Amino acid sequence: MYQNLSPSRRAYEITARVLLYLCSGLTCVLLLFLIGYIFYKGVPGISWSFLTTAESVLNDTVGILPAIINTLYVIVISLIIVLPLGVGGAIYLTEYARNRRLVEIIEFATETLAGIPSIIYALVGNIIFCVSLQLGKTLIAGSLTLVIMTLPTIIRTTQESLKTVPQSYREGSLGLGSGKWHMIRTVVLPSSVDGIVTGCILAVGRIVGESAILMYTVSVSTMMQDFSTIENFLKSSGATLTVALYVYAKERADFAVAFSIATILLILTVVINLAASLAGKKLKR
Amino acid sequence: MAEPTILKAEGLDLFYGDHQALKSISMDIPEHEITALIGPSGCGKSTFLKTINRMNDLVPGVTIKGKITYHGQDIYSPGLDVTWLRKRIGMVFQKPNPFPMSIFDNVAYGPRTHGVRSKKKLDEIVEQSLRSAAIWDEVKDRLKSSALSLSGGQQQRLCIARALAVEPDVLLMDEATSALDPISTSKIEDLSTELKRNYTIVMVTHNMQQAARIADKTAFFLLGELVEFNDTVQMFSKPRDKRTEDYITGRFG
Repeated sequence: MYQNLSPSRRAYEITARVLLYLCSGLTCVLLLFLIGYIFYKGVPGISWSFLTTAESVLNDTVGILPAIINTLYVIVISLIIVLPLGVGGAIYLTEYARNRRLVEIIEFATETLAGIPSIIYALVGNIIFCVSLQLGKTLIAGSLTLVIMTLPTIIRTTQESLKTVPQSYREGSLGLGSGKWHMIRTVVLPSSVDGIVTGCILAVGRIVGESAILMYTVSVSTMMQDFSTIENFLKSSGATLTVALYVYAKERADFAVAFSIATILLILTVVINLAASLAGKKLKR
Repeated sequence: MAEPTILKAEGLDLFYGDHQALKSISMDIPEHEITALIGPSGCGKSTFLKTINRMNDLVPGVTIKGKITYHGQDIYSPGLDVTWLRKRIGMVFQKPNPFPMSIFDNVAYGPRTHGVRSKKKLDEIVEQSLRSAAIWDEVKDRLKSSALSLSGGQQQRLCIARALAVEPDVLLMDEATSALDPISTSKIEDLSTELKRNYTIVMVTHNMQQAARIADKTAFFLLGELVEFNDTVQMFSKPRDKRTEDYITGRFG
């Protein structure tokens, strides 16, 4: 490949190539090592009862079912709230807002919000939802705080995908006598489902990985919660997987359980992301 | 014998911000004829076309003075329903712009928008529109496949079918053949001469031969002014204005 080059240029090209290979190789090795190590340490601790029961002090058994349910709770509730809010906001900003200046300010604000450390959201969420709105340290307060955290992500990714919808689709639809919302609903949104799904995946990733917010706004209980009535549903409070991981590793120094939880977290993230992209493909049709 | 006027512009001025793109255009467009708008780039012909079905509303900073009437009704009067206007005055764009849906759904899009739900009725409309746009035989066996799988020329005829499906009576064509090969172009030209029996067609074209071939009347625009508007035969054989003559003989443009 480099035969025709002068020796110095040849050395230069080969060095660059080797360095780049090393970079990507090292990245892969690190990632594989991390995943491998977590699985190696975590998989032995996973059993049917580990996944399907709550922790029992009397029987001295460990189970993370409550943490799994709590994690799904915050993901589902946060997404139910953040999706309409974020997608709606993005539609307004890209399709309706006429004042360029205002849009720029809002876009700048959402970009800034996306980069704020989550501990700050945690603090604000605690003061607003737990204290001022008297929700207490509950899963619902945690979910609402997560909504604020993921809102910028959803708005940004939705906006980006709305901008990639060709203007000619909009003209075509309006030219046939569609109203503006009809045009958006039938032509623009179906074409930007991909971007919205990407936003969801990113949001779920951040929610699953979040610990600071949940420690500030939800309790660290590892007991089974009671979701039987709406009141209990709103009042329930307990550790999600990340928080449970922290509790086991830091407070009880039980690293085997912590690694098993980490394994479940990894698997859960992959499953949710696959589900989201499947749902996206279905919606597109 | 003169056809009755369907669209009438009276002293129409249009500004993009401070720039005046149309200067006092007055023009009577006859029913069931093809009217071609010609002129060099930036002369205002496309702007004028888009004013007729108010697609210029989408451009920020446009102000319009003067009047355009459609069947005697001022299309910029406050009480007018723009969606109704655009249903009556359809548009075919320069670049074929089928929606990323099936061929059937593309054609059915307009009727569905205007409330047609019955499957049987939609089937009828789709078939009839595709036939009118001379593309039925090419697509009848694959109505369910994506419109984006069609060739450029087929896509443009599909867009014409889509426009016809809402039963307009005016069809605006904005350089509808400029992105197409000669064979597709001639198909669409033939189609246009067929369609004028039932529709009024106003077309913008860069191709003077095209105007000469199919238009009944031709309007020549220059720098936002309507320089000359006459029967096509007259215009191309005995232009009244020196500037028209220079343009159609290729001395500038």
